[in-house]
Amino acid sequence: MDESVLQQLECVYEKPGTLTDKYQHYCPGCGHGVVHKVLMEVIDEMGIQDCTIGIAPVGCSVFAYNYMNVDMQEAAHGRASAVATGVKRVLPDKYVYSYQGDGDLAAIGTGETIHTVNRGENILMIFINNGIYGMTGGQMAPTSLAGQITSTTPYGRDVKKIGYPLKISNLVATLPGAYYVTRQAVHTPNAVRKLKKAIRNSFEYQKLDRGTCFIEVVSNCPSGWKITPVETIKYLEEKMFPEYTLGDLKIPQNN
Amino acid sequence: MEIKMSKEIKLMKGNEALAEAAIRAGLQAYFGYPITPQSEILEYFEEQAPKRNFVVVQAESEVASINMVFGAAGAGARAMTSSSSPGISLMQEGISYIAAGELPCLIVNVNRGGPGLGTIQPGQGDYFQSTKGGGHGDYRLIVLAPSSVQEMADFVFEGFRLAEKYRNPVMILTDGALGQMMEKVELPPDGSLPYTRPEWATTGKPKTRERNIVTTLFIEPEVMEQVNIKLQKKYTEICKNEVKYETINCEDAEVIVCAYGLSSRISQKAMDLAREQGIKAGIFRPITLYPYPYDALNKLADTADNFLVVEMNAGQMVEDVKLGVNGKKQVHFTGRMGGMIPDPEVICQEIVKLAGTKKV
Repeated sequence: MDESVLQQLECVYEKPGTLTDKYQHYCPGCGHGVVHKVLMEVIDEMGIQDCTIGIAPVGCSVFAYNYMNVDMQEAAHGRASAVATGVKRVLPDKYVYSYQGDGDLAAIGTGETIHTVNRGENILMIFINNGIYGMTGGQMAPTSLAGQITSTTPYGRDVKKIGYPLKISNLVATLPGAYYVTRQAVHTPNAVRKLKKAIRNSFEYQKLDRGTCFIEVVSNCPSGWKITPVETIKYLEEKMFPEYTLGDLKIPQNN
Repeated sequence: MEIKMSKEIKLMKGNEALAEAAIRAGLQAYFGYPITPQSEILEYFEEQAPKRNFVVVQAESEVASINMVFGAAGAGARAMTSSSSPGISLMQEGISYIAAGELPCLIVNVNRGGPGLGTIQPGQGDYFQSTKGGGHGDYRLIVLAPSSVQEMADFVFEGFRLAEKYRNPVMILTDGALGQMMEKVELPPDGSLPYTRPEWATTGKPKTRERNIVTTLFIEPEVMEQVNIKLQKKYTEICKNEVKYETINCEDAEVIVCAYGLSSRISQKAMDLAREQGIKAGIFRPITLYPYPYDALNKLADTADNFLVVEMNAGQMVEDVKLGVNGKKQVHFTGRMGGMIPDPEVICQEIVKLAGTKKV
């Protein structure tokens, strides 16, 4: 295309400078890219790129630091909130967030998750729940649904033998250290707008130093669920949301 | 007569002297978890933190502690943790990540008897896990072995200095006896170790620089190999520059006792007993367990007839002594295990047995 034609067009949308130009490796229909984008839009709109540190997890979003144009640390599996604690304690005036999936945050990192929130660490924890281990090829996660067929539950998740879907956000919401806990999604434009609002609020709350903000995003995983991206929306609405109800689990109390 | 006290001398427990030294060395953040026989370190920091302006967090586990150290060190803070043997085992994953991420920090291991839950009495059974890696992958810690309460304090300064010079985790490997016993210790004043926040630290990306990333993931094997080559070059440099050891009466010694930490203190008594009997015994004490003083040992093997390694384990450092001596002379071992401490009389008997025997 002729470059001059592009120059004549009015720019009505562009990605924020807080996202890098690197091609993202996520599968088509995956929710990670959308969460990355709204998270980075908030940091851009608030003008806090120069005072924000992110912690990347192990899992599908292990390369988050390649896409997020902020200072970042890559944590060991499950340990992102402990690493975030270390950063925040020595840089209390900076914004700190961790970004983890369900295997990372709700299985191997359960101890760190509970205790980070219980201490009321003044950080934002972003938790992507797609009910499966995506990166390693679709194994059962603690969040997998009852009867869900995965590569390690080929006959469906038998809750009697291997436990029930773990609603860790509900658990976290019971802790006094939690300031704001919400469960959001990215399957519709409206859901994305709500998520963005939740992220914005969480960073605003971090200025107040009142406790941990915790956002769960119930997210699509076409590759792990072995259905098309379009079908994942139906799956979310019919299977995931009845188990993982969207909405606020704990809202800030003014005191 | 007027006595001028220019230096501050105190009577302190090893663990407390180490903690006080860390504060004076400009500690910015400590993360720890209670475990005997090192809990005084965490307790001392908790007591001092509000008065002396540093971060202290009692974590939910050693796993969390070491990862908090990762975060704080990655953000450029002078950070440390401490534990005892089973807790250090739990930290090994995080230590591997810290070594791979080239983050400077100090890890203190107040070694107790093992394996398993073991005992709370002093031991040296963690020599292998401290000096040979411990966690996954090819990496090394710089390992310092104090043998007195004074060195428990001194090596904190040396530890932070080396950690920051090489961007490498440093371990102080001590034991339950040195941690618990009281001796007089001379402490330097506050702020005697300069600090500048490193440029690579994740402190928030200003417009003027690219983002800083602390990562240990290098998915392409070609890149991962280069990272390894860089690490190995650094370790070679450390081996060239930082070897430290002490020799006592080695010049004329026919039997050289090789021991570190508490064992070296006990061995000195054994050496004195042997010398009283007219046996020329000496002490070779490695101060850095990594890098190990192989060359110095090899030179001593030209003059001494026998080497006796004394450890509070089943014989771990003896392998490094054999590497140093490299077949020139016989290397023998005596030790106690499971929290038991060697008796100087028994060590002396071993020295006596070896005296007058030569390798044929």
